[in-house]
Amino acid sequence: MSNAVDTATSKRRGSSVPFLKRLKSLVTVLLTVLLTLVGLLFVTFIIGRVMPVDPVLAIVGERASQDIYDAAYKSLGLDKPLMVQFGIFLKQIAQGDFGISNLTARPVSEDILRVFPATLELATVGTIFGVLFGVPMGVMAAVNEGKWQDQVVRFVGLFGYSMPIFWIGLVGLIIFYGLLDWVGGPGRLDVYYEDVIPVVTGLILVDSLIEGDLDIFWNAFSHIILPASILGYYSLAYISRMTRSFMLEQLSQEYITTARVKGLSERAVIWRHALGNVMIPLITVIALSYANLLEGSVLTEIIFAWPGLGSYLTTALLSADMNAVIGGTVVVGLIFVGLNLLSDFLYKVVDPRAR
Amino acid sequence: MKIKNLLKGLAFATAVSVSALSATATYAGTPDNVLVVADRIDDMTSLDPHDLFEFSGTDYVNNVYDKLVSFDPKDLSKGYQPGLAESWTVSDDGKTFTFKIAKGRKFHSGNDITAHDAEYSLRRVVMLQKTPSFILTQFGFKAENVETAIKAIDDYTLVVTTDEKYAPSFVLNCFAAAVSSIVDSKLVQSHEVDGDWGNKWLQTNSAGSGPFSLVKWKPNESYRLKVNADYWRAKPGMKSVIVRHIGEPATQRLLLEKGDIDVARNLTPTDIDGISSNSDLAVDNDLRGRIMYFAMSQKDPILSKPKVRLALRYLVDYDGMVNSFLKGQWVVHQAFLPLTYMGELKDKPFSLNVEKAKKLLAEAGHADGFDVEIIVRNVQERIQIAQSLQNTFKQAGINVSLTQGTGKQILGQYRARDFQIYVGTWGPDYPDPHTNADTFASNPDNNGTHAGKLAWRASWDIPELSAITKAASQETDKEKRAQMYVDMQKEHQMNSPFVEMFQKNDQTARQANVQGFYTGSAVTGVYYWTVTK
Repeated sequence: MSNAVDTATSKRRGSSVPFLKRLKSLVTVLLTVLLTLVGLLFVTFIIGRVMPVDPVLAIVGERASQDIYDAAYKSLGLDKPLMVQFGIFLKQIAQGDFGISNLTARPVSEDILRVFPATLELATVGTIFGVLFGVPMGVMAAVNEGKWQDQVVRFVGLFGYSMPIFWIGLVGLIIFYGLLDWVGGPGRLDVYYEDVIPVVTGLILVDSLIEGDLDIFWNAFSHIILPASILGYYSLAYISRMTRSFMLEQLSQEYITTARVKGLSERAVIWRHALGNVMIPLITVIALSYANLLEGSVLTEIIFAWPGLGSYLTTALLSADMNAVIGGTVVVGLIFVGLNLLSDFLYKVVDPRAR
Repeated sequence: MKIKNLLKGLAFATAVSVSALSATATYAGTPDNVLVVADRIDDMTSLDPHDLFEFSGTDYVNNVYDKLVSFDPKDLSKGYQPGLAESWTVSDDGKTFTFKIAKGRKFHSGNDITAHDAEYSLRRVVMLQKTPSFILTQFGFKAENVETAIKAIDDYTLVVTTDEKYAPSFVLNCFAAAVSSIVDSKLVQSHEVDGDWGNKWLQTNSAGSGPFSLVKWKPNESYRLKVNADYWRAKPGMKSVIVRHIGEPATQRLLLEKGDIDVARNLTPTDIDGISSNSDLAVDNDLRGRIMYFAMSQKDPILSKPKVRLALRYLVDYDGMVNSFLKGQWVVHQAFLPLTYMGELKDKPFSLNVEKAKKLLAEAGHADGFDVEIIVRNVQERIQIAQSLQNTFKQAGINVSLTQGTGKQILGQYRARDFQIYVGTWGPDYPDPHTNADTFASNPDNNGTHAGKLAWRASWDIPELSAITKAASQETDKEKRAQMYVDMQKEHQMNSPFVEMFQKNDQTARQANVQGFYTGSAVTGVYYWTVTK
């Protein structure tokens, strides 16, 4: 949107300077992203190589004889100097080759494409939940500062933030799945529904709609709602606290008093003027909390037998499956960089001054 | 205030979503012809039977592949029985085994099972040189001699020649191990890439003749098998088997109680207690092959004293542990062969006896105790055992510092002989007593590098015992051979640097209507084809 406007103005002026400027800023952004990633790779690689875990044993197992061990050691290239190993590694990654996971005997890229959609789906539903409930709760708390509404929101928020997530997860499962039968059990689907619909996006909620299979959609929905609500509750706690403090700051500003004096309705004052002005910091908060969920929540994934990025990365880490760890790290790094870029873009959308 | 409306809205939205969910009530119970198992299968790294060596992988192979000789799941104590080979003979010099392959049996692909498949499979194990290959190469098969040592002389006769004389029971037991699975040679050959013997393909596909074939494997998530309705041994009761990875025991229990799974394989003692009053569920106990032990490095000047080693055997609270935190999961066992193995030893001469231990320590010149480090993997059960040892050792003045680490980290130290005391488990590699004797009681070359052998890791230099272990592996008289293992274990129990404490007991929880779920005891993996509902 902003681009279209800019292009129009630059054409009118007939000048090429804004174009060059934009190109320059694009290059700067790309360079920053690239540097961040290389730094990330380097740190991950070095940690992976110096930590006292033996990736060879992970492959050959405890019983392997010395010959088999040595052969695997060589085939992993571990006999070469560290910097040479890093060079080879960078070259492969530049070609989009993250290598083969020792644990799954498959290309890491294939593994990540399999596990990431599960996490993406969970994190997205969780964040939607967190925003839908968290923002209004924060606003409500700010408007009623110090009153009982504020206390209730504070209690609910702190409760969500301080309860161990595996405990809430188990209790939630016991109540809503075990006793009440309101939601589906652990896993993304009932076993009979697994592998029924073709994988397009890997997001079952989306794939089932593409296929037009509502049974599967509802089944997937009944499975995702509980873990997503729990993750959502966690981010709700954070989002509502932040919304509250941003709102309090705005509500004490003079323009709010002016608006009230002008006779605007209370609804317009709060939701349009005050909330409109907290959008920018709020977007950052939401993007960060979304990115946190996208890393994969290990405990939630284990309790709910959810085959996502978190448990994949943990298993890989514990078994010194370095290709998988590095592949996963790059993905997580890209998510953070990507969401940061996205929130930069959203600033411009909501605030004309940032354009 | 408008906030009230907002709250109403929230309440309404919650009510709607809840009623929408309860409308889609989940289907209770699993279908009659599908077996759904919850297990931990994140150790599965490959499906190639000549490559894999993990517990869950062995379970998979047991149901997808056949071997030349097999076991009867309903009576494992009968020992090896005919499998794809209907009969065999052993030459007078004990070196040549001639297998007659049964005619008329087929692989899942429809290809006939012939001696050429057996030849290809056994040679493939030798040539691939993956971790479990030693189970076969210990009989002298090498890349150079494999063409003559493993040979199909016609479509239904396979001749295998070993380099030395071995006990026939030893050789045949090894031919019943997962690594000796017979693969569909035509199918595997068609997927060979750069001379890899089809390894890359077989890591994620199946080419067997067993009661089930692979439909799909999703690492860390699940695998699914479908029935081979023409299975030669029996008609399996289940049309398909789904094994799901459920890492958390509490989650497994919840699924089992709800009827969404048929079998839960990793419940904790607390969970087992919790379901004991539920008449819809049942629990099976099965003694497995794993031994929990601790090893004392003989490089250590104190731990290498025989009286100190003996003293530590009296400083273990065997009964206290199995009656508390190990309840139902482990039983006291004090010999290196698991019970149900040929040559098993049931004697349990040791129990916690601090006075006796103190006396022994005083005789060894350590009346005031000493300091020692125990290394242990950061798994709750093992840490608890190490803590119990720390506590009982302390009573005799021995100060223990505990070092915890990841499995690979601790194992790396153990393999590098860089430890004082290591607490861990050992599971037999193949269903023959030699598997444990060879690692606990044989160390012919203490100065070399044999990190695979426990006796070597403990720096235990034992030329005589190594010779006895070898002799036992060559004894042709089955009874005499069994007695040799009993004698060895009696000696080992008293003098070795290994303190065997417990043998694993598996508690498998299942729906009461699920019958015939055999987990394979100490000798093999689980059987799905015997299951009925």
